[in-house]
Amino acid sequence: MSENTPTLIEVRNLTKYFPTGAGLLDGGRDVVRAVDDVSFTIRRGETFGLVGESGCGKSTTGRSILRLIEPTSGEVRFDGRDLLSMASNELRRLRREMQIIFQDPYSSLNPRMKVGQIIEEPLVVHRVGNRRDRADRVGNLLRLVGLEPEHAVRYPHEFSGGQRQRIGIARALALNPKFIVCDEPVSALDVSVQAQIVNLLQDLQEQLGLTYLFISHGLSVVEHISTRVGIMYLGKLVEVASSEEIFRNPLHPYTQALLSAIPIPDPELRRERLPLKGDIPTAIEPPSGCRFRTRCPIAEPRCADEEPELIEVTPDHFVACMVVAPAQKK
Amino acid sequence: MADNILEVKNLSTHFFTRAGTIKAADDVSFNIEPGSTLALVGESGSGKSVTSLSIMRLVPPPGKVTAGEIMFNGRDLLKLSEERMRRVRGREIAMIFQDPMTSLNPVYTVGDQIAEAIELHERLSRKQAWAKAVEMMTRVKIPDAERRARDYPHQLSGGMRQRVMIAMALSCKPKLLIADEPTTALDVTIQAEILELLKGLREDFELSMLLITHDLGVVAETAGRVAVMYAGRIVEEAPVRQIFGNPRHPYTEGLLRSVPRLTEQGIRRRRLETIEGTVPNLLHLPEGCKFAPRCAYVIDECTTADIPLLQVDDERRARCIRHDLIGDVSARTRPERVGRSAANAG
Repeated sequence: MSENTPTLIEVRNLTKYFPTGAGLLDGGRDVVRAVDDVSFTIRRGETFGLVGESGCGKSTTGRSILRLIEPTSGEVRFDGRDLLSMASNELRRLRREMQIIFQDPYSSLNPRMKVGQIIEEPLVVHRVGNRRDRADRVGNLLRLVGLEPEHAVRYPHEFSGGQRQRIGIARALALNPKFIVCDEPVSALDVSVQAQIVNLLQDLQEQLGLTYLFISHGLSVVEHISTRVGIMYLGKLVEVASSEEIFRNPLHPYTQALLSAIPIPDPELRRERLPLKGDIPTAIEPPSGCRFRTRCPIAEPRCADEEPELIEVTPDHFVACMVVAPAQKK
Repeated sequence: MADNILEVKNLSTHFFTRAGTIKAADDVSFNIEPGSTLALVGESGSGKSVTSLSIMRLVPPPGKVTAGEIMFNGRDLLKLSEERMRRVRGREIAMIFQDPMTSLNPVYTVGDQIAEAIELHERLSRKQAWAKAVEMMTRVKIPDAERRARDYPHQLSGGMRQRVMIAMALSCKPKLLIADEPTTALDVTIQAEILELLKGLREDFELSMLLITHDLGVVAETAGRVAVMYAGRIVEEAPVRQIFGNPRHPYTEGLLRSVPRLTEQGIRRRRLETIEGTVPNLLHLPEGCKFAPRCAYVIDECTTADIPLLQVDDERRARCIRHDLIGDVSARTRPERVGRSAANAG
């Protein structure tokens, strides 16, 4: 995947604020700045990993791109077309090309529907083919994800977690999408099953030329599957680079701390931990300037005054930190 | 080495359901030496939590401990009266769980809850108990403990709540701490802090620990010995370095290989190795070795009779008749599973 690969998704200044409280008494004036001015691109055929701790806005970002959540402002271009200004019937047509796989294969499949119906549903909604075509398609999809066509007549509860995730993947593939948001697709699975699903996603990508946005808090899985990675903290993207680069040469102090915190499954290895002080602040009143400064080991007074921008420090490696990557004079 | 603080011998805990008997823990044996940490590792349904609940005698019905001994400080916990057992819980063996929010009472301040635990086990006045609660909160490094003690659980972050749980667990100076997935619900940076805290407290309080987890990274960093569970049984038990460096059971080997690792040099394996198939249904366990249907080293003898936990050497036990061949690719009777994923539906 090179820099010259054409862009499929372009996210520009994406922002999502959620109002807080019931709104009756407090006037609902506080907002949670779940995603705040986030920009990145996803190239055709690549896997863009979005990483961060709970509440950093990674899932909201994924859902805002698909307009499953209506963003507050910003721009999302899919194949050059702006999704956010699009009329609903046009968006609906384009939705065929963008799908999502969820974390929990238990709650994302309707327990009262047979597996065949679950996978067929997107085809019905988008009026694809007749009954027989659709039945064939369901059989093929089941085979594609490593299940058997006979499984179509069973119910979700008859399957294990890993198998259910395969059903969710088959449903996402039903309409031949180009782009899939994978929202923590393996986080709820056992280790030995995780590997199977990760391999399946990689195989499908190769066979079908898919582009993935892979959202996860599991850094080792992200490193394994992603071409490029974006690290989020408190609604902001703090670093973007190729997977190799970010794991070999992390520049943002948060990325460094995050990487050093992962326990390594090797008792012979001891890595120095970079402890962070304190807890993650709330996204209702994020710190002024750089949002990470309250926990940052290298924060300077100026970090409170100005918000750092994402700056390209080496080709294709972006960092939002004034200390590590001072802004060029404009 | 002094006597073991805990000796679990041939423990079996079964659940008697309408669908049949589930052998959630079957013939489980292990020891914990004073001041050491044993990690009980396994995937969901492997029996690790049932084992810990059995030690505390908190197995919910229709579950029942059907056989075995749990020797703690020289007494068999399974033979104690319920009243005596109640005094063991909390005072001598304490337990922390995965989700501190559900273990804390939302309508009392955290200080009150810790103080209550102290009052229950020690003859202290309310005021003394409160002072001790604050002291414990300081020891688990909760900043501004005096003030935070008056907070309700929802006012604290997940990491702080887990610290409160640890403070409560250690307030009566137990000898053994059972930590059931203590960091699973937490973010990695917070997890790192809690693990660091537990390591420090282990020394301060001369604690022995039974750590239950599915995270091999956590095991590598915290445990001295490791017992790997599969389908209700211990399949391998060894010092942590040997588990990771030279596993003697095919399941342990497969588990280690299927974990994506952060590679320092950026050399990445294109595909992850997988363990074929899924964990068996505990109601319909296969004959012989329970792992045989998924095993790369399986031979006919594996499926004819139950496989005992065999002594590999002084320090290690493995429930595998081919344990001396694990890691030898030529001994594999099934091809390595790095091929098409369609072939290994899980």
